[in-house]
Amino acid sequence: ILDGSLMFQQLPLVEIDGMKMVQTRAILSYIAGKYNLYGKDLKERAFIDMYVEGITDLMHMIMMFPFSPPEAKEKNLALIMERATHRYFPVFEKALKQHGQDFLVGNRVSWADVQLIEAILAVEEKTPAVLLGFPQLQAFKTRMSNMPAIKKFLQPGSPRKPPPDDHYVATVLKVLTD
Amino acid sequence: MSGKPKLHYFNGRGRMESIRWLLAAAGVEFEECFLETRDDLLKLLKSGALLFQQVPMVEIDGIKMVQTRAIGNYIAAKYNLYGKDLKERALIDMYVEAIIDLDELFMSHPFQPADKKEQHLANIVDKATNRHFPVYEKVLKDHGQDFLVGNQLSRADVQLLEALLMAEECKPDILAKFPLLQSFKARISNVPTIKKFLQPGSQRKPPPQEKDLPKVLKIFN
Repeated sequence: ILDGSLMFQQLPLVEIDGMKMVQTRAILSYIAGKYNLYGKDLKERAFIDMYVEGITDLMHMIMMFPFSPPEAKEKNLALIMERATHRYFPVFEKALKQHGQDFLVGNRVSWADVQLIEAILAVEEKTPAVLLGFPQLQAFKTRMSNMPAIKKFLQPGSPRKPPPDDHYVATVLKVLTD
Repeated sequence: MSGKPKLHYFNGRGRMESIRWLLAAAGVEFEECFLETRDDLLKLLKSGALLFQQVPMVEIDGIKMVQTRAIGNYIAAKYNLYGKDLKERALIDMYVEAIIDLDELFMSHPFQPADKKEQHLANIVDKATNRHFPVYEKVLKDHGQDFLVGNQLSRADVQLLEALLMAEECKPDILAKFPLLQSFKARISNVPTIKKFLQPGSQRKPPPQEKDLPKVLKIFN
């Protein structure tokens, strides 16, 4: 904070292409735009954005879960599962079924596909059988996991971070609170 | 069937207001379909029009768009309010995301319980004057241009003006220490499309009132 690197005094911060970027969505949009993961036109972007925003809402619940007080944990977990299986997964199951393509938008991999595989794996960490009613998502998960770059990221030793544990929670609280 | 975008939300600011601002700034006429009762929302849900069962929803160019940011991104890009390249977009996105954080504070203020209001206001004022406003004051000072990014009107300017006006509704002298933001406010308010939107009779919604809260809660619960 003191050396002025954090525009709004917050993390994440990503130094990329000479910029000190903050604000998660801004960073993600830039990466998606730069590396061709953002569709080919405005309408494909619109669908990618809608899907990403929905998934982000779900991921936000999962992200906040370790920080919920012990007495709220069971209720929050139930809500995550309810939202995943009734609000979010059905949308993507239907999208894949309707167009029959391998990817959510525009017949090629986009930011939406990457966020979805991340979300599916995060929810499965909480409830392993969650994809039982979603055959399209099961196939999607297998397909995405086998894409070379993603397959590499899913292997041990990659920068991918493990599920949050008590040590992680303690560190975050220590760094971010006075 | 008109070609105008159609906004589905309740008759108040909430999460739809920034969309109204963007459309107005772009000079785009739009229609509004207000949710007045819980039945209105249920009808919309049953029709399958809400991708994630939520509003805001905007019918635009044949798509029923949901998710405030997705809608904002689409409008900004379509009407040239999103910069000229990836780097300008990046700056616009950073500014807009932070403004959204600030907006959420302003939006929740009228709904704070009476005993928490004063502390909440103090928190808003602290964040606005110590975390957010200095950033934009410095940006304007450093490049000396009329607009935040790329020397032309963008979504960042529109959203910042919206936030500045909301801030003043909470505390009228909140811009006292920010001369460049004051002149920015005057300048952007004079952009013809925005000037029109700021006049009485436009589709801009008034500040939320505590008395409206029960009605809104009834629709959404």
